[in-house]
Amino acid sequence: MIDQQIGALFVQIAYIGASAAFILGLRGLTKPDTARRGMQLAAVGMLLAIIGTLLNHEIVTYQFIIIGLVVGSAIGLPMGLLVPMTAMPQRIAISHMFGALAVTLVGIAEFVHYRDVPGGPGVVKMIALGFETLFGALTITGSFMAFGKLQGFITGRPVTFPGQKLINAAVFLGAVGLYVTLVLTQSGGATGDAGLIMFAIMTVLALVIGVTLVLPIGGADMPVVVSLLNSYAGLAASATGFAIGNNILIVAGALDGASGFILSILMSKAMNRSFANVLFGAFGGEKAAVSAKSAEGLTTRSVTPEEAAMRIGYARNVIIVPGYGMAVAQAQHAVRELAELIEKRGGRVRFAIHPVAGRMPGHMNVLLAEANVPYDHLFDLEEINEEFHACDVALVLGANDVTNPAAKNDPGSPIYGMPILNVQDAEQVIVVKRGMATGFAGIENELFYLDKTSMLFGDAKSVLSQVVTEVKGL
Amino acid sequence: MTALLTAIGAAAAFLAVTTADTATAAASTTLVDAQIVEVYVFLLAAFTGFQIITKVPPLLHTPLMAATNAISAISLVASIVIAGAERPFFINVMGMVAVAAATINVVGGFVITDRMLKMFKKTEAPK
Repeated sequence: MIDQQIGALFVQIAYIGASAAFILGLRGLTKPDTARRGMQLAAVGMLLAIIGTLLNHEIVTYQFIIIGLVVGSAIGLPMGLLVPMTAMPQRIAISHMFGALAVTLVGIAEFVHYRDVPGGPGVVKMIALGFETLFGALTITGSFMAFGKLQGFITGRPVTFPGQKLINAAVFLGAVGLYVTLVLTQSGGATGDAGLIMFAIMTVLALVIGVTLVLPIGGADMPVVVSLLNSYAGLAASATGFAIGNNILIVAGALDGASGFILSILMSKAMNRSFANVLFGAFGGEKAAVSAKSAEGLTTRSVTPEEAAMRIGYARNVIIVPGYGMAVAQAQHAVRELAELIEKRGGRVRFAIHPVAGRMPGHMNVLLAEANVPYDHLFDLEEINEEFHACDVALVLGANDVTNPAAKNDPGSPIYGMPILNVQDAEQVIVVKRGMATGFAGIENELFYLDKTSMLFGDAKSVLSQVVTEVKGL
Repeated sequence: MTALLTAIGAAAAFLAVTTADTATAAASTTLVDAQIVEVYVFLLAAFTGFQIITKVPPLLHTPLMAATNAISAISLVASIVIAGAERPFFINVMGMVAVAAATINVVGGFVITDRMLKMFKKTEAPK
């Protein structure tokens, strides 16, 4: 008995240490130079928590634990070491699925376990258990859908069909209805077979919600979705903590939930959508129909890589605006080469990064960092937007909607009000683009038709390589 | 500094729960008290998270996601108990799958976060 109490105390101390390590670790992430050490501290915290748990007196057999740990490490380690930086959005999406899967299985196992406990889980635990399983299950399928869209085996276009909202609402209400019923019936005592069936149906409905939530969402809205699923996975983990009375889960889940929540808000602000709009997954749907200004009667000017090289090569102040097109073409290394070349010639190069450029928060930063672009060359929207005035050449690289001046001066535009990069203020603009297709919002970008704008058509990577060769020859 | 203070606060609440747990062993009627303290822990942790994470620059948002994902794989702790406790066979197996899924995130998550953070470098001093 005494031994058991000392053991329990040790476990709690390990958990407290782990909580502190997590919080301090995240604090390290507020600065690039402390970030790595911070995360190493967090990893040590995690190890501490795991060791502490293995000493838990409830554990009687170790073979299942060992198999799970070995299999998980065998999959996780190569995933961590080998996944290329370009596949990072998919990898983040699928990791939310694994986290949610663990949480949901714990929720189901706990619920089933309470069938043998006199009195059942009780109202309070049932609230936590139900929440955990509901959010866990919808995050499993939601993350898998997001993964599919990012990986490309599920269409990146919004999938809609008549009556979709009605069906979604019915499924959602069904799941919530079962959840509430389960909680209310707990005051009556034990979990009977009826409870088990209700719980099973609720879980299945939650799985369906995950699919229908992400199905109508298009590729460019992925930063919001991925952040939101991040938050859900965290909240589900926190609920697990409530369900089994474990504080480290509550703390870690709350940290993850808060982080995902903040990112979702930042992303939806950067797209000028209300948070409610995001929560109910209403985005991406009706946009295709709204084509504000047509491009008729407007002409663009296209340039050859040689001409572009002349302008870029002699520029003193260049701002590069990367977008999803850069990621698709994997042009980040060519961009870095160009940037170094300009600097060698005495020019200054900065990168302007819109919060929703790419497919997840911070996507462009990671790609450019991978290509060895120093992070003090990367600037956020607020930091650099006033600098476009003083810049000789703005090089837009596979970005579209985030540079559209219509967001500022056309109240009829669907993206009106969205914060954009003030590329149009630059002396000259060079846009590298594959063709004249519209961006994700399905609207024309008047930036492309300005007198100061030149279009450089082609695949970003090959076009930039040509520009680099030309600049070298200047 | 606020972050540190809140962290200490959270730790204190944590200890309070430990004591409350011992108390519940004596008198099971105080169960609700323990759960109220859990709510405190959640609120303090969420508040701390908010304070710190709003200060993370957009530059590091992807590593932040990877990192919080790895941290929330702490559900491994709950999975381990289910895989190893005295439960029916199929529950242990479910626990085993949960352990595997959470371990993927713990191992893969910390490794990939470190790989990413290693890439962020400042301009080198001119040679």
